[in-house]
Amino acid sequence: MSWRAKLRRDWPLIVLTAPAILLLLVFHYIPLLGNVIAFQDYSPFVGIADSPFVGLDNFQRLFGDPTFWHVVLNTLQITSFQLVFYFPVPIGLALLLNSLMGERLKTFVQSVVYLPHFFSWVLVIALFGQMLGGAGLLAQVLREHGLATFDVMTNPRTFLLLVTSQAVWKDAGWGTIIFLAALSTVDANLYEAAAVDGASRWRMLWHVTLAALRPVIVLLLILRLGDALTVGFEQYLLQHDAVGASTAEVVDTYVYYTGIVRGGWSYAAAAGLFKGLVGLTLILVANKVAHVFGQDGVYRRA
Amino acid sequence: MRPIWMEEPTPPEKVLKAGAIVLVLLAVLFPLYVVVLTSISTQASVAEAGGLVIVPHGITFGAYTDLFSGGVVTRSVIVSTGITLVGTVLSVAVTVMAAYGLSRPNSFGHRPLLFIILLTFLFGPGIIPTYLLVQSLGLIDNFASLILPGAVAAFNVVVVRSFFMNSIPQDLIDSARLDGASEFRILREIVLPLSKAVTAVIALFYGVGYWNAFFNALLYLNDNGKWPLQLVLRAYVLQGQPIPGVNSVQQAAANSLTGAAPTLAIKMAVITLAVIPVLIVYPFVQRHFTKGVIIGAVKG
Repeated sequence: MSWRAKLRRDWPLIVLTAPAILLLLVFHYIPLLGNVIAFQDYSPFVGIADSPFVGLDNFQRLFGDPTFWHVVLNTLQITSFQLVFYFPVPIGLALLLNSLMGERLKTFVQSVVYLPHFFSWVLVIALFGQMLGGAGLLAQVLREHGLATFDVMTNPRTFLLLVTSQAVWKDAGWGTIIFLAALSTVDANLYEAAAVDGASRWRMLWHVTLAALRPVIVLLLILRLGDALTVGFEQYLLQHDAVGASTAEVVDTYVYYTGIVRGGWSYAAAAGLFKGLVGLTLILVANKVAHVFGQDGVYRRA
Repeated sequence: MRPIWMEEPTPPEKVLKAGAIVLVLLAVLFPLYVVVLTSISTQASVAEAGGLVIVPHGITFGAYTDLFSGGVVTRSVIVSTGITLVGTVLSVAVTVMAAYGLSRPNSFGHRPLLFIILLTFLFGPGIIPTYLLVQSLGLIDNFASLILPGAVAAFNVVVVRSFFMNSIPQDLIDSARLDGASEFRILREIVLPLSKAVTAVIALFYGVGYWNAFFNALLYLNDNGKWPLQLVLRAYVLQGQPIPGVNSVQQAAANSLTGAAPTLAIKMAVITLAVIPVLIVYPFVQRHFTKGVIIGAVKG
């Protein structure tokens, strides 16, 4: 079929797609081009068109700025901590849910653990504060029994633990959904065959169940690595003042404070662009590594 | 049922498992229970408990009548509800149309168009340029700034598209086309009635996103008269600011005692207001998660 005939046949489909494309062009691709201010000395009074270009000056300043590197390290520290203490939680929870025999109980527990995913960060932090904060339920009970109270919401030393527990509470349940999907595709015959061969339940867990989850785990690890400089934004912004900037500052909040709060537009845009480029590189590299190890990764070479 | 070849778990294992399940359920439900209960407790029972209430004593809806007697909280609930309704309708419509438009194999131009959508996954535009764009469009202090920048999520387009391609019988669409039905009519009268589950799920995703939106409002709304509920929640519960416009006996009593901080019951009522819509809508949509809408998409 010639392209003219195709166009004559398919133009209504393009019209249907147009509003979404238009919204993405305006609110995604135009700001993407707006990153040009990272190479300028941008001033809001002059505008993008007339602000002078300064080459890589902003990046030079950025890379020479110890505060920036502190923020990057802080972010990476949170990412690594959560890779160990958050990442396996949904897998374990999915195995627990999958081992429940009663279908109704399983559905009920699932719907309860998915729920916090749909709460806002403001809400989650408010709930944590009410439970564990200085004026919260735990402190209240400790005080009644004449014990010393502590406030995890404002303690910089326990901040890593706090943000990770919040992440677990909010999203670990929802995170099980993809593992449960993978588990539902495991062929029951494999278990039967393993049982006939005399495998214990723990050996089955290792050789059948976890083997089935491996592609999903690899995929999620790649995505997580690509996002190593993203640990969540609102969660840190909201607790920024309570524990102090030196603990709670991550790359995204740094961009927000230096750019929008303090008006260092070009400098902050450079930091944001740097973060985006690092993320892109990481995800491409991680995907390559997955291919080398014979896994599919995020995309396949067609 | 347990297959015959599967070993029965040992008693300690069973206890461990039951304990783990109970712990998980409590971790989610207990905080919600305490917050909701405290929001409907009388000042006396809050005082008696020394803070949050675990065992119900006196029940009153005073905190809610105070909050809804006009003022900041009432207004913010109206704002959040409006944004959520308008935003969700717009997002779902645009997403479903785009997903359908891209769902026909080999249609004209679908590859580049799909590419434009998928590429948004790989590289975000960043906070600063997006802010400057919204500002230059004159959307500061305009409610459109809470809707338009995130109106289309590529993920949702992909989910719906893969549902249309894999779960709608293609013959049905082809024969409608032969009968001369327009694409829009096919979408509305054939495809959508068969896609209620997936539409409900993405409507929940978008709706929750709008209801929970905090950062966009913080960025783009300078006028706190326009604040949605999440910003009010932060100000009064996380930052402990006084609530103007709540003038009741309860609040006045608290004001004279503690300065101007909102009473605990009122704080908890604001938290509850932020949870309730999610709690109401969620059960109706939740069963579709397990019915394979998302799961199918994730696999595909």
